Amino acid sequence: MSSLGPTFGRGAMTNSWTDIRNTDLVLVMGGNAAEAHPCGFKWVTEAKAERGAKLMVVDPRFTRSAAVADHYAPLRPGTDVAFLSGVVNYLLTNDKIHKEYVRHYTNAAYLVKEGYAFNEGFFSGYDESKATYDRSSWEYEIGADGFAVRDMTLEHPRSVFQLMKKHFAVYTPEMVSRVSGTPQDKFLKVCEWIASTANGERAMTIMYALGWTQHSHGAQNIRTAAMIQLLCGNIGIPGGGVNALRGHSNVQGITDVGTLTAAIPGYLNLPTEQEPTLESHLSKRTFKPLQANQTSYWQNYRKFYVSFLKSYFGAKATPENNFGYDWLPKLDVAYDCLRMFDLINQGKTNGLICQGFNPLMAIADSNKSAAGLAKLKFLISIDPIETDTARFWENHGEFNNVDPAKIQTEVFMLPVTSFAEEAGSLTNSSRCISWKWQAADPYHDSRTDVVILADLFNRVRKLYETQGGKGAEPLLAVDWSYKDPHEPSSDELLKELNGKALADLADASGKVTRRAGEQLASFGEMRDDGTTDGAMWIYTGVYGPAGNLSQRRDNSDPSGLGVYGNWGFSWPANRRIQYNRASADPQGKPWSERKKFMYWNGERWTGPDVPDYVPTIPPERATGPFIMNPEGVSRLWVRGLMADGPFPVHYEPFESPVTNPVFPKLKGNPAARVFQRDRASFGDAKEFPIVATTYRLVEHFHYWTKGVHMNAVVQPEFFVEMSEQLAAEKDIKHGGWVRVWSKRGSVKGKAVVTKRLKPLTIDGRTVHTVGLPLNFGFIGVARKANPINGLTPPVGDANSQTPEYKAFLVNVEPIVGPVA
Amino acid sequence: MNIEVSRRRFMQLAGAGAAGTAIGALGFAEAEAQVSAHVKPFRLVRTKEARTTCPYCAVSCGMLVYAAPNQASKGKLEVVHIEGDADHPVNRGTLCPKGAAAIDYIHSATRVKTPMYRKPGEAKFEPVTWDFAMERIAKLMKEDRDANFVEKNAAGTTVNRWTTTAFLSGSSVTNETGWVTYKVARGLGLLQIENQARI
Repeated sequence: MSSLGPTFGRGAMTNSWTDIRNTDLVLVMGGNAAEAHPCGFKWVTEAKAERGAKLMVVDPRFTRSAAVADHYAPLRPGTDVAFLSGVVNYLLTNDKIHKEYVRHYTNAAYLVKEGYAFNEGFFSGYDESKATYDRSSWEYEIGADGFAVRDMTLEHPRSVFQLMKKHFAVYTPEMVSRVSGTPQDKFLKVCEWIASTANGERAMTIMYALGWTQHSHGAQNIRTAAMIQLLCGNIGIPGGGVNALRGHSNVQGITDVGTLTAAIPGYLNLPTEQEPTLESHLSKRTFKPLQANQTSYWQNYRKFYVSFLKSYFGAKATPENNFGYDWLPKLDVAYDCLRMFDLINQGKTNGLICQGFNPLMAIADSNKSAAGLAKLKFLISIDPIETDTARFWENHGEFNNVDPAKIQTEVFMLPVTSFAEEAGSLTNSSRCISWKWQAADPYHDSRTDVVILADLFNRVRKLYETQGGKGAEPLLAVDWSYKDPHEPSSDELLKELNGKALADLADASGKVTRRAGEQLASFGEMRDDGTTDGAMWIYTGVYGPAGNLSQRRDNSDPSGLGVYGNWGFSWPANRRIQYNRASADPQGKPWSERKKFMYWNGERWTGPDVPDYVPTIPPERATGPFIMNPEGVSRLWVRGLMADGPFPVHYEPFESPVTNPVFPKLKGNPAARVFQRDRASFGDAKEFPIVATTYRLVEHFHYWTKGVHMNAVVQPEFFVEMSEQLAAEKDIKHGGWVRVWSKRGSVKGKAVVTKRLKPLTIDGRTVHTVGLPLNFGFIGVARKANPINGLTPPVGDANSQTPEYKAFLVNVEPIVGPVA
Repeated sequence: MNIEVSRRRFMQLAGAGAAGTAIGALGFAEAEAQVSAHVKPFRLVRTKEARTTCPYCAVSCGMLVYAAPNQASKGKLEVVHIEGDADHPVNRGTLCPKGAAAIDYIHSATRVKTPMYRKPGEAKFEPVTWDFAMERIAKLMKEDRDANFVEKNAAGTTVNRWTTTAFLSGSSVTNETGWVTYKVARGLGLLQIENQARI
């Protein structure tokens, strides 16, 4: 998400599950959809069967997705940027790009100002003492007219296009093979197939998941993939896109709502303490267009922000008090989950509330987490099931060897309803908001999350009302005017997210377009003067005057293109393919009959989808299709929007078997999230020569289903997957017991010796990889196991702070197993 | 009427109209009667049907959930059957090994039935009332908030933050729950708020 936003404007899956049927070529890399998203993967199967689409899989293991692929290429974990940069280099040096798309719909023509440099893996502006970049030299040259300077011939040496050619030239097929271990012929076949889509006639979709995000350079993996799609012209078209396959059933919706340290719903920002007034926050976010006639939709930030504050503080938010801005908490630093557990480990945090979250299993370096949990004063688990975290204080022998008497934490385990015992909406990976209806009564004494949180909030507020206390004013300012304050209904809450008119709204001519009290049909109606509310602008329209559109269940598909425009409601504005204006050429004509989607009919933009564009802007105005970006185009060069560089670079994982073959001076991503205290916990290749990567199993969902009988029967225990060669080298038998350990922890399990993993030759040496399924722990009905994150390093991506679960170092040895 | 209808004959009869209802519509009244006499009553006929979404991955497959009153728990509606929603455009009725076993999740041995409390130093949980748990939690939170809430930072800027308690929010809860979570957690002044999006 932290790379799609800077590249395209919005950080979400560009296309939809059902759109995959329109593709001609699928690249599954950084994911294993056949195993992790089986019912979504069926659209790949459909495209193969119905359209003759081809599937390529690039993965360290010959996965279940690879098993049905037309082409498979192996690579070493953590070297995706090198591989994909090799593809970029192939497309550029062989001139296999969609030139008109690149010229008009990307920033290839933009000039970067003087002063930018790239040397030995470092961009200009690096401060080694702080491990951060000063990004000021990564900006455009601005002309006298205030707009960014372009060279539409793409010839200028400081044009993004020419800088790209230079930057990626090092990633030759030889270099890719040296770094990633992929045989050159297998790599080149991937390049050739991708190049076959760079023409507006054929489309490629890329499907990825945590195999790309869970690296210290995860956001740059996705960035490189996004650049390939832009060079081929595969964004905004049916069957194209960069499709982030998300994990939990509502992780998209919860990211939208923004329960993240620095977020406000709808991708607005929580203020920092450097922004003492509302105006100081908003003035940094004016998002003035960088070219004439551009939409630059974030210019409306102010309207969305004020509407949020009106929902949040209700009648108490007035123009006189800056709509309650002072009451909002202000950030000193961002408390991402790695920082959170670092503070917990230091004993600086007293209370932790886990709502449907099992951090002892899910956060990197479980031993660090466990030591931290024991320092808490109180821990509250709000979950339908017992989690390992809720029982962290309990002794489970070698799997959780603690002494309860020494742990002073007060622990609460509150029963919450399951998915079938409540009503409300969920947003799937492809942004479609769908309602679910309550099917059963709450299980035993369980209550919904809403009832539990409302109870807690009302009790705490009552304590402040009656006893007073610190910070009572902001706490009591929050609007809680629900019909039943003990149980706000899902219906009211979705209406609140959507927003309504608080006064009669009139257009420029004075005609009233929306009466006070009516729900808003579109975020275009939002105002910055306090006459509208709406907690999350991007969802506006889901519950407008026409009612709750997330309940729509019309599965008709008149175009036959898998749009399903009347099924639920896709944010934003019910668009199913984002940036779909780019499916037509600059004159508004489809790039080809074969890929016809949205087009200009002489009067307006039309087609099977809702245009992701102002429908009446004619092509001759040259308004770009990437309406969120001030440039109007997508970004091959992301300026200062990413912490670790305007272009991707091959960084080795923090624990790597080799020195970086491309840039030997680089030791990992120079801007990654590393706490100094943790550096001593990183292992080196001498002691830990084997690469490890974690993965999911189709029979299990994270750490939930180890407690589910059926799933525990079909996949009962943890195992260690390894190649025949490694097994022979270590004298390990298939089914025999092994120990795997890293600098941080150790796990035991049976060896599964397969042909799915093969040793690779990296920079002249043989490198082995072991695969570790993550779904096991010490609570549940499956066999007990140590948390797999006991092995993983607490280092995070420079942009998303996602931990590096997919590439780290271990050692392996055969052991005598327990007596059965 | 008690006529033996062989499986082959049944298939022929059914094949004439492709489905039971079509047989009736086409006037095959006798055949319909013969068939229905040998078909067990539809076992879901007494259940309540609801459309829901699979709780697991973000394909977010459509599910049909059937519930029936359970006499052992005072007639509370309990889930008795789950199947894929054939009308759902994404999953078209299919479910994976996780979704297909979702009923076992609802009834899993590790479901929490009642509020549980573990005192400092104790080796086990004990059941408590909701009232006890919520009152105690509210008190613990207020104590920590009063002790650590920062109204103004060193520079004198109003910051209204509480940084000594953390909230990990679930990513399988509804959007509406997410919004209530946001409102409550931020309303308390928390900055340590995270969900699974980052991991």
